Amino acid sequence: MTDLTGTAGRASAQKLGAPGLDARLVVDRGAFRLDVALTAAPGEVVALLGPNGAGKTTALRALAGLTPLSDGHLRLDGTDLDRTPPECRPVGVVFQDYLLFPHLSALDNVAFGPRCRGASKADARADAASWLERMGLAEHAAARPRRLSGGQAQRVALARALAIRPRLLLLDEPLAALDARTRLEVRGRLRHHLAAFEAVAVLVTHDPLDAMVLADRLVVVEDGAVVQEGVPAEIARRPRTDYIAQLVGLNLYRGRADGHTVRLEGGPSITTADALSGPVCVAFPPGAVTLYRERPLGSSARNLWACEVAGLESHGDQLRVDLVGELPLAADLTTVAAAELDLHPGAPVWATVKAAQTHAYPA
Amino acid sequence: MTSTDSSPAAARADRPRRGHPSRGAPLPLLVPALVGLAFLLLPLLALLVRAPWRSLPSELTSPEVWQALRLSLVTATLATAVSLALGVPLAWLLARTDFPGRALVRALVTLPLVLPPVVGGVALLLALGRNGVVGQWLDAWFGITLPFTTAGVVVAEAFVAMPFLVISVEGTLRAADPRFEEAATTLGASRFTAFRRVTLPLIAPGIAAGAVLAWARALGEFGATITFAGNFPGRTQTMPLAVYLALQNDPAAAIALSLVLLVVSVAVLAGLRDRWMTTS
Repeated sequence: MTDLTGTAGRASAQKLGAPGLDARLVVDRGAFRLDVALTAAPGEVVALLGPNGAGKTTALRALAGLTPLSDGHLRLDGTDLDRTPPECRPVGVVFQDYLLFPHLSALDNVAFGPRCRGASKADARADAASWLERMGLAEHAAARPRRLSGGQAQRVALARALAIRPRLLLLDEPLAALDARTRLEVRGRLRHHLAAFEAVAVLVTHDPLDAMVLADRLVVVEDGAVVQEGVPAEIARRPRTDYIAQLVGLNLYRGRADGHTVRLEGGPSITTADALSGPVCVAFPPGAVTLYRERPLGSSARNLWACEVAGLESHGDQLRVDLVGELPLAADLTTVAAAELDLHPGAPVWATVKAAQTHAYPA
Repeated sequence: MTSTDSSPAAARADRPRRGHPSRGAPLPLLVPALVGLAFLLLPLLALLVRAPWRSLPSELTSPEVWQALRLSLVTATLATAVSLALGVPLAWLLARTDFPGRALVRALVTLPLVLPPVVGGVALLLALGRNGVVGQWLDAWFGITLPFTTAGVVVAEAFVAMPFLVISVEGTLRAADPRFEEAATTLGASRFTAFRRVTLPLIAPGIAAGAVLAWARALGEFGATITFAGNFPGRTQTMPLAVYLALQNDPAAAIALSLVLLVVSVAVLAGLRDRWMTTS
């Protein structure tokens, strides 16, 4: 049931007429232009990740046919869909707030799709009952949506979208409407259901954790364009924009490398463990930063910068320190260490990072 | 209507806290307000004071009263049915589609709301009368004559009442989330199926409220009815017409008929109360 197509199979499946999704979505809306190329093989789960207003939901609506394409193409399993009205597309959608029909029971919500696609009332209800059972919701079949918990409503919405046996499943911020505790449980269940889904699934999220747990591949969208694409681990290790770096919790700098030294644009240099040349990105986690109130004398770290504390924020038992100065960066330290250093906004500090803890890669 | 908070009991309990007319209401506002209130209530009170309570049972059971009442109920209900059949689709068109001149169409739809009903009756005669713009063809081709018939009463009442329904339903449609229709579409529903199976049930309360408003308006219709359909007992003489006529020969009967209409109006108001309170 799980993903049978390997990564190699995916790469070769992107030819014309091949199964899966092959789209270039262009939506022109005057001030805003979305231009995103998207391909996916059957069984693959792709996450569109990006900040609010990046155009993720517009892309999803274009895939569903709810927003017309200004340009580009949309092929699913070799069939052109750009002119197909939404009700005729083999596309299932799980909306952000689920949009379960409030006047219908959970069962009738799920039966709605099969019924519209020509099944008899009895068949549609039997089908819906089996979907609800698969989602572990058999005992809630008669319940109206408002009686369901957030997690249950999410599963009913998923069952409703899957009941039309879509070749493309779209999920818009599937976990955004849930509280933190439910989220964890629902994320696990959703991952399980997505893994069992044999066609293409595209989900939209602004939460990197959701994207990394649920998707095989991430497509990062900013300002209507794709800025980075790849498997989650690769993106987490080598972010290409400040937005992604912030998402995965890394300090990111761009500059020109000459051996182990990277000269930043209009700033200091960073000494790195990797030897490269040409334009590069340098990234290091905030935890790799060490702070001192006095300039350290015997320190072996070659990366030493004079900074000033701009802000402090607690993350559990860690303290995230925002620094400005020679090199703007984020540093993590324990609350105890912060107290010993007597950190407060405006305090001058020295920041060091060991070369071995930096990671440089071609930009 | 959904939560227990908005039940009539809770609304009543809220009222003194929200209103508080005695605290700090300046006299220049308070005095005209009370005069206005008295002005609105006094005529109704007079109706109750002067009602011929003793002869009321015999007045109300007279065949003329029953004839007029039955005709009024039947024609108002038919006019409401016509308004529903034509007005709900019209409201959908105004709320959910975009076409050139939509604002103008919307203004024209609401015109009968402000048009003097007598003018509406004259206009209906010119359109659907025996020699009217359309009426002459109805007569020549189908042998249908509308003026001075019971069907004419229904037409006149629907003309005046339908805008109430259209405005009410359009407002409800605008407030309803159109994304439910989109969700239905992604499940394979055509736009009409989405309307029938999703939108219609969702806006049912708004449609019901609009229908009650339209029905009440049709029940009280006078000007357009008497102009277009005339005043024939049993055929086109509805309650308001009977009241007006009775006032000249038999004031007691007029008061009795008026009381009946007052009771119906109060019942309508009671039926709509919850809705008006929760939506305002």
